Parts: sequence; structure tokens; C-alpha cells
Amino acid sequence: MTSGKAGQGPVTAPDHASTGATMPGAERAMFGAAGAFLLTAGLRSGSPFQKLLIGGLGAGLTALAVRGRSPLATALKIQQDGDGHVLVSEAVTIGKSADGLYAVWRKLENLPSLMKHLERVEVLDERRSRWTVKAPAGYSGGEVSWEAELTADEPGRRIAWQSLPGAQVENSGEVLFRAAPGDRGTEVAVHLNYRPLGGSVGAVVARIAGQEPSQQLRDDLMRFKREQELGYHPTTEGQSSGRASRGGKA
Amino acid sequence: MNAIIWQGTNHVGVETVPDPTLLLPTDAIVRVTSTAICGSDLHLLDGFIPSMEKGDILGHEFMGEVVEVGADVKRVRVGERVIMPFNLACGVCDPCRRGLFSACDNSNPNHRMAEALYGATSASGLFGYSHLFGGYAGGQAQFVRVPFADVSCFAIESDLRDDSVLFLTDIFPTGFQAAENCGIVPGRDVVAVFGAGPVGQFALRSAQMLGAAEVIVVDRVTERLRLAEAAGARTINYEQTDVLVALREATGGRGPDHVIDAVGLEAHGHGPGALLDTAEQKLRLSFDRITALRWAILSCAKGGTVSMPGVYGGLVDKLPLGAAFSKGLTLKMGQTHTHRYVRPLLERIQQGEIDPSFVITHRAPLSQGPELYKTFRDKHDGCIKVVLDPWT
Repeated sequence: MTSGKAGQGPVTAPDHASTGATMPGAERAMFGAAGAFLLTAGLRSGSPFQKLLIGGLGAGLTALAVRGRSPLATALKIQQDGDGHVLVSEAVTIGKSADGLYAVWRKLENLPSLMKHLERVEVLDERRSRWTVKAPAGYSGGEVSWEAELTADEPGRRIAWQSLPGAQVENSGEVLFRAAPGDRGTEVAVHLNYRPLGGSVGAVVARIAGQEPSQQLRDDLMRFKREQELGYHPTTEGQSSGRASRGGKA
Repeated sequence: MNAIIWQGTNHVGVETVPDPTLLLPTDAIVRVTSTAICGSDLHLLDGFIPSMEKGDILGHEFMGEVVEVGADVKRVRVGERVIMPFNLACGVCDPCRRGLFSACDNSNPNHRMAEALYGATSASGLFGYSHLFGGYAGGQAQFVRVPFADVSCFAIESDLRDDSVLFLTDIFPTGFQAAENCGIVPGRDVVAVFGAGPVGQFALRSAQMLGAAEVIVVDRVTERLRLAEAAGARTINYEQTDVLVALREATGGRGPDHVIDAVGLEAHGHGPGALLDTAEQKLRLSFDRITALRWAILSCAKGGTVSMPGVYGGLVDKLPLGAAFSKGLTLKMGQTHTHRYVRPLLERIQQGEIDPSFVITHRAPLSQGPELYKTFRDKHDGCIKVVLDPWT
């Protein structure tokens, strides 16, 4: 995982610069085969309507395979590199000092209270930890876990990690803390890079099921902000409404 | 308790629902003594604000007495008579510290929904105004849960009647902010107000308080125009005359220096643009009918301000942006930062500069609320503003 130093380089996360939602080779081949099949079937069809519809669909899939971009992943703005890694970035400004926020984050075992999808983080030693998350929709086993090691730890500035070989979900990431202009506190930026279970199709399924990390990350950062600024989370859960009244019309 | 419930587009009703309870230690429970129907509630009735759910309690203009406070409430006390701004603000985030309370970072628990529609960061939570704005239960009810109680509750210690202070929760500050956003040069600037509903009436009087040389009010409803004239405004009935010509003529060909669009997304009006807006809105191709905004931009003088307190919800096309560009207009808009106006405007009321109760035409028990929603929407019976009593 690369990272520009604060105040240098392009504004977008460097990993995103040359990537879109590129399909890995196997998926590309799959789209190509399906496209060729439909194109052939369409052209052989007797009905002009089917010829147009099926042939058109086949031509579309073939074109996608040639261009090498996953249509759904592109539509859903899933960023992927050529190796099939999904890239996720989010940032939030929090009205607290960088040192304080870094200290909260650095206690890795506390992260599950900030990040809802994290089941637990067990600190194994100074550098190594074991991460467990709820498995995405459709993935049997209920949990996914891996061991990670810190690759950078700069107090008040940056924490970076990388999964160890053999991880179920190969991933790396970093969190950056940077003073916001004026007296606005600290900009907290998180960059994640992971290989999704089930490839880009898996990433699309997870996104549609609402379990995709870019959504989770945004929610987690807002939760972190509210935890730090308010000390609690605003809610409407449990409030009265006509839905709870079960037809008690006045 | 009894509350006015959104039951679907064009359906509101009074239902018995559970009493609200404290959900967080920073909450208070208020027994509502007066509650009003706001013009922007009509956009909910008509179904033009997305993300309403059947069973939602409506209402964002209300006041009452504190009957319960959470453990972490420090400033507000049980028994206090209070008013609450219609928008919710945490009081500690950066926008709140800058006085931009309606842009609060933290008060909307449904930030993801709002961000999907409105981009980068979400708007604040609002009482009784769809799940996009937090899904908070509203105050057209006998009791209401007030989140962020220490920031939300403003004590009213004087013996002013409910009627005189109730509108500090929304329409008075909204009209005032609209006038303030114009940057009126006292004694020189002419201000036109489109829409003589409650917010338009307060925008007119606020423009006068801020020193406007003259205020011209545009509407089509006689009672509203009469009420504006009573305050000393000139009026134009846009159904009887070409409003752009009439405004030019009234201003020596310059156009009003500033125009306030107190109409928002359900504008009436005529012309091809208005027809197209209505057709698109009926087909749910767009949320907003923008005749008032279009006229505001076209009529405004060079270098002027178009100030928009009227609510817009979605994407707008056929906006005469070329005219705005060519004349160098400033467009100012947004939800009211109500919290910052409550005290200064309360002072004006206490000093007798204005009594906001002038706008009330209808007063009824809560049970008649659903009927009055329709009376207000259809502008029947001279209806300008409805106040409901939840306890009669």
C-alpha cells in the first residue's frame, strides 16, 4: 500500500490514479464466452426480435470483455486494480486533536466498538493482531478472520497494516491523521485495499447486500466522529410512531 | 397520546400512538401546548419530499412545557416553558460552532440516505420531516421527544402568549434569514417577495425591519395580499397582470434590488415553463416546480440577490441561469439556522416591534388538523396559518 505524504502529490489516493473497475482475467474470459455464446445464438435465431435482443446482449457482453471493465462494478463505483483488489477510501473531519484520535485508533482491540462490522481484534504482540469480521452475504462460515501486522506506526500521524500470508481476505490499509485548516480539528483518512471473496462479482453482491466496505467505512467514520464529538450516537430507534400503535385510531 | 400521522400521499390522520420516552440521556420530553402546520408540511402531504414512511408523526413548529429530562441534560429544567427550533443541532460540531445550525454534522442519524441524494455531507435532522432528515418524530402531538435538549430548548420566561412566540420555531426566523440574506441597503433597496404565505409575510416585515425602502409582494390570493398591504407593502396579483412587466414598472425599469422566493417547489403560475414543470411533477419525473424561482431570477435587478427560503427537494432544469449570470446575481438559499435567531427575534417581540400572531387565521383542536391541512393547502376560507391545540 502506498501513500503520499500529507500535502504532497495528487489529491486522490495514489492507488486510484490508474484504476477503474478492471475485471481480473478469469472474469473477463467468462464475460467473453457468455457474450460469444449469446451473440451466436442471437444471430441464429429465427425471430428478428430475439435476434436483436439476444444478439445485442451478446454483443454488449463481448464488448465489455474486450474493454475489460466490469459493468456492474463500474456502475456501483467499485474501484479495482488489475489484480482484482478493491480499493476503498473515506475521510472525515473530527473536532479533536490528532494525538487523541491516534491514541484511540492505536488501541486496536477497541476498534470493534468503532467499526460495526468488526467482530473482534485480538492483539497478539507489538506488531501482530488477529482480525475477525462478519462474513458477507452468501458466504458460509459466518466469520472471516486473518492475521495482520503493523507496517507503520507514526504517533499522531499514521497507522498502516498488512494481512499476513495465508489470510482468507488478503488486505492492507492505513489511517492518516492530519490537522484540518483552521480550528476544525483533524482530518482522518482511511485507505483500504482488499481482495474480495468471490472476486469483483463478490464485491458487487456484497455492495448490493449493503455489506460492502466502502459503505461500512463511511458509516464507521461518522460513528467515530460522533463518538468523539458528542460521546453518544443520535438515534430515533424506539421512538413513538403510528407504526407501533397497531391501528388505535382516535 | 394523540398525534397527526402521515398515512400516505394526501392522507394525514389523527391516531393514538404510544407516548414518547427518553431514548438518550441528552433528551427531554415536552408536553406540547401549541403546534402549527407549516407551509413546508404541505410538501409532505403532497408527497414531494422523498422518504416519508406511513406512521410518521408530523410537525416541526411547536412549543410546550418540559415534563422530563435525561440524566445528561444540564440547562433545561422540568416545568420550564420552552420553544424548539425545527432543525436539530448538536451544538458542538464545526458547522454548529460557526452558527450554521441547519448544517449540523451530527444530528442526522440517516446521514447515509441524505448523502446518497445530496452529496458530500448530510443536512441536519429535522423534527417530523422525512427519514432523509433523520426520521425524528414531530410535534403535532400531545408530547414530543426533544433530542439535544440543552441546545434545542429555549426557555420563554416572559408572560408572552404562545401565539406570540410559537413562530420563533420556524417561519419568523425563516422569513428573517431570507431578508438578512439579501444584504439590504437601508433606505435604498427595493425588495420583492414572491409568495405571501406565512414565510412571505415574515420576510416582508423583516425586510422592513432591516430598512428596505420599499417591499413589493407577489401572490394571487386576495387575503394574503391584503395582509401584506396592511403591513405597508405594494402588491401584485400575478394572475391579473404580467408579473415581470409589473415589477419593472414598479421599479422604474430596474427590477427589485433583491427578490425573495418564499414559494419553493410547488409554485403555481403560468406560461410554458409552468406547464412543463407541472407535467413533469405529475409524472414524478421531477420534484420541483420552479415558476417562482424563474420569475425571481428574471425580475431581479442587476447585481441583486435572489434569496430562497422556499423549500426545494430535487433536481431542477429550465432554470434561467444565463439571466442570473448575465446580471451578476447572488443566489442564497438553505434551511434556516434557526437557533441563532431565536434570542434576537424574541427581543424584538418583547420590545413590541412585531407580534407574530398577526399571521394566524385558524385555531382548532389537534383532532381537526387533518381537515385543516387541506384547508391550508387549498387556501380555502382565507387560511394563512393554522395553530392547533393538542389538549382540547
